[in-house]
Amino acid sequence: MSELIQGETGAWEIVIGLEIHAQVTSKSKLFSGAATEFGAAPNAQVSLVDAAMPGMLPVINEYCVEQAVRTGLGLNAKINLTSVFERKNYFYADLPQGYQISQFETPIVGEGEIEIDLPDGSTKMVRIERLHLEQDAGKSMHDQHPSKSFVDLNRSGNALMEIVSMPDIRSAAETAAYVSKIRAILRYLGTCDGNMDEGSMRCDVNLSVRRPGDEYGTRAEIKNMNSIRFIQQAIEYEARRQIEIIEDGGEVVQETRLFDTSTGETRSMRSKEDAHDYRYFPDPDILPLVIEQSFVDSINDNLPELPDTLKHRFIGDYGMKPYDASVLVAEKTRAEFFEAVAKGRDPKLSVTWVTTELMGALNKADKSIEESPVSAEALGGLVDLIADNTISGRIAKDVFAEMFETGKAAADIVEEKGLKQVTDTGAIEALIDEVLSANADKVEQYKGGKEKLFGFFVGQVMKQSQGKANPAMVNQILKDKLNG
Amino acid sequence: MTHLTDLTIKQALDAMEKGEFTSVELTQAHIDAMQAAQDLNAYIVETPELALEQAAASDARRKTGEAGLLEGIPMAMKDLYCTKGVQTTAASKILKGFKPEYESTVSQNMLNEGMVMLGKANLDEFAMGSANITSHYGDVINPWKRQGDDTNLVPGGSSGGSAAAVAARIAMGATGTDTGGSIRQPAAFCGITGIKPTYGRCSRWGIIAFASSLDQAGSFARTVEDNAIMLQAMAGHDPKDGTSVNTPVPNYREALTGDVKGLRIGVPKEYRVDGMPEEVLALWEKGIDWLKEAGAEIVEISLPHTKYALPTYYVIAPAECSSNLSRYDGIRFGQRIDEGGSLDDLYELTRGDGFGDEVKRRIMIGTYVLSAGYYDAYYNKARKVRQLIHNDFTDAYQKVDAILTPTAPSAAFGIGENTEDPVTMYLNDVFTVPASLAGMPGLSLPAGLDKNGLPLGLQIIGRPFDEETVFKVSGLIEEAAQFTAQPQMTASKRAA
Amino acid sequence: MSIDKDTVKKVSRLARIRLTDEEMENFPGEIDGIMNWIEQLAEVDTDNVQPLTSVVDMQMQMRKDEVTDGDCRDAVLANAPETTEGFFVVPKVVE
Repeated sequence: MSELIQGETGAWEIVIGLEIHAQVTSKSKLFSGAATEFGAAPNAQVSLVDAAMPGMLPVINEYCVEQAVRTGLGLNAKINLTSVFERKNYFYADLPQGYQISQFETPIVGEGEIEIDLPDGSTKMVRIERLHLEQDAGKSMHDQHPSKSFVDLNRSGNALMEIVSMPDIRSAAETAAYVSKIRAILRYLGTCDGNMDEGSMRCDVNLSVRRPGDEYGTRAEIKNMNSIRFIQQAIEYEARRQIEIIEDGGEVVQETRLFDTSTGETRSMRSKEDAHDYRYFPDPDILPLVIEQSFVDSINDNLPELPDTLKHRFIGDYGMKPYDASVLVAEKTRAEFFEAVAKGRDPKLSVTWVTTELMGALNKADKSIEESPVSAEALGGLVDLIADNTISGRIAKDVFAEMFETGKAAADIVEEKGLKQVTDTGAIEALIDEVLSANADKVEQYKGGKEKLFGFFVGQVMKQSQGKANPAMVNQILKDKLNG
Repeated sequence: MTHLTDLTIKQALDAMEKGEFTSVELTQAHIDAMQAAQDLNAYIVETPELALEQAAASDARRKTGEAGLLEGIPMAMKDLYCTKGVQTTAASKILKGFKPEYESTVSQNMLNEGMVMLGKANLDEFAMGSANITSHYGDVINPWKRQGDDTNLVPGGSSGGSAAAVAARIAMGATGTDTGGSIRQPAAFCGITGIKPTYGRCSRWGIIAFASSLDQAGSFARTVEDNAIMLQAMAGHDPKDGTSVNTPVPNYREALTGDVKGLRIGVPKEYRVDGMPEEVLALWEKGIDWLKEAGAEIVEISLPHTKYALPTYYVIAPAECSSNLSRYDGIRFGQRIDEGGSLDDLYELTRGDGFGDEVKRRIMIGTYVLSAGYYDAYYNKARKVRQLIHNDFTDAYQKVDAILTPTAPSAAFGIGENTEDPVTMYLNDVFTVPASLAGMPGLSLPAGLDKNGLPLGLQIIGRPFDEETVFKVSGLIEEAAQFTAQPQMTASKRAA
Repeated sequence: MSIDKDTVKKVSRLARIRLTDEEMENFPGEIDGIMNWIEQLAEVDTDNVQPLTSVVDMQMQMRKDEVTDGDCRDAVLANAPETTEGFFVVPKVVE
């Protein structure tokens, strides 16, 4: 299902491929023993190797190799038992060696695929082309001085996993879904923390447009995006930009662009007088990386449950709607919250209360699940009160609102406010008798055929009881009385 | 009484052990010699104060009974090894003034064994050359001269300064590096002994990289035994170098038994090249005879891809160096030329001014052969031919235990000769490059003189990590050759 | 495959080396000569031959994930021609 964009001369299809750079959660760098923690003083986390001093040599971090394999397995991808590190040669201030150690022809992970969750609840498969390990570059600051730039190499040499998708994505919404799913998988595996605002996960968006059915068009690359919201804006803008160019008779230039968050536009990054010739060749300081199948197997055996497995389990075992399931599994903490609530409790109630009531309240208050004033235990307590008929669902909503405000336990609030549900048959009968006798005329009308009035009677009884009467019982007894 | 500078390392170690003289005395004698021989331009930087400090510390250690393998021995350190706090230039303008904050693993190993450092030896810029005529700090002059001819001769390269220093007796030993012959060829030109061990035997950490898959640290000394002592001190696994092999370092001196009975020595027919001087061939024959007489079996072998070794090397080495030298950009060390332009201007000016011609040529060839469209035709092709060259050796070692060849196609030539075009200079390494490409250990020792009285060397190539056999065979040839000739300009002759 | 001035210009640009006029005069011929000499490699039959990746016959040695390095800013900056407040300084780059 492609979303087509209408141009002046007809419909256009957007074709998107993503390159995601995810920083590995290692303590030290890919080829040096310097620390990787975010936020250190400039050049404080730089070893002589990172600074590319004469005579320095790289030695690989085994943890990074392991995380790349884990991530590959999480992407349902082929693990290449032999892979090679190559040098990507170019000159830039934040690249002290004058080359980046990366993988080109034989990456550690080959083809895979993941399932993405679209807003309407449907899913789509997006194919992964490859994942490879590479060094991150340092950081240059260009805005501190009129004629100079300042270079900090702390980030230089950090381990990145570059995840490249096939150009299977067709809209901004699909892109958002893809990025979210990748992020979730990485976080579930613990191979990357996915903190886009700290830069531990960055996206390059490759976008082209074409008439449906045509060959791929020329693509432009929008680099270094670290916000899903901005990615979507950039895609909207760039697609329009390219369509306009083509419809005006021009040609899209293959180039690198940046997204300007203040204007909402993409702009060309560098003048393209010389296309990059990276002269990739195998790094002679690094032997080929050979891993055993047994190594891969043991990692596979120890993988945690991944988002999609959880999602399908939630749909299957709990009868959750696909969209709700996808929202819950997008963050492991949410999924864990739900499972804590749902354990030993009614699935339907648990689902409703977590996905609709709690998530709704959190969204409104702009809080994450970690910041929820209502803990899983507390919410479970509320669900228990509904399940054993202590309070009605209607009352429960009020109780919940109070719990969210005050952090108090459900039982305490019910006790304090005397909100216990009325389930005593006699009491309900009495209430009903009151209402019926007060509305004798309407009773006659009901008996005469106006069936809609049933709801009116129910409403009156609920009102009389300040909402505390058990609705199901009210319905049953009222029916008996009216029909009997 | 032998002049202190004419002793071998072994003799000096024994004498100091007996208390005949101190390291300070030995070192002072070499400092005086070094300073009297500055016309050779063998050293870029002399470090006499540091040397005397180290010598004094060595004497103190000896008094407590501690003595390392090289205890108190004054040596020259090729200026490609990063030495902490001491200028390291790779003989280039681009690194003028660079003082590393770290010590290379190999030089640290030697310091741990008690070595005394006299200074940083001159070399071809970034180790690229076969005559030591590309150094920013001037040519090195070979202490040997042709009989009756005052022409200054080249010492060979790239480790020309190291070789000249040892030959002129202004160092007892010296480190070098060998990528295509840069230890073996200057050893031959200077009438001394030098070894390039198996690739991976010594650590490359802290040695300025030229061609990573070929560079290897090695030693120069005046005897096979001295080299055995030096290599033992230098070699060993280094976890900081991913290409350094974790295999124990044997006691190489113990291999010098002189017993080559039953050893099979290969003589590769492809090393008999057209136009090779008669004297070189004759010396090779002599070497064969000496080994035969000692009971070795001589086997004619074929290394069929020999003639392609040089062009293979001149694709692979420049390719790797073009990338290894990208870090010389004026930002973190070395010289910087900033005329107020862009970052790219800074790079271009700094590197254009900082690198010499030979380095620039090789960077450009390397960049070219790796560039889009040419990778398969050149770089990949060369790597395949390299595999065939490697296979040639592996196949040969099914039939032989070591291989005997001449080291160089001629004796040392005059400075300014052989410079019509780069390729002529490259041909100096025709016998040494194949072993480099295959990663095999190779040693050169002086075995005779040519008609001009200049030394000629023989090369012994061995199996990977079988330096012991290399030393054993070399020891036998050394004993048979009785090479006692000395260059005209040695320290003791000057002192006289 | 002839190396001309244009090729030399392109390659020197890729390598970030500014050549003098004299070098621009001499290099094309010299490099062309070297490349022609290298051409003989084409004679070698390398069908079914794997390119040699390393002469070292051993497994890649890996490091444990521990912080064992860095935190040596002074050493890192010691030889830099221009620094300020812990940063390396370069001419401003416009992206």
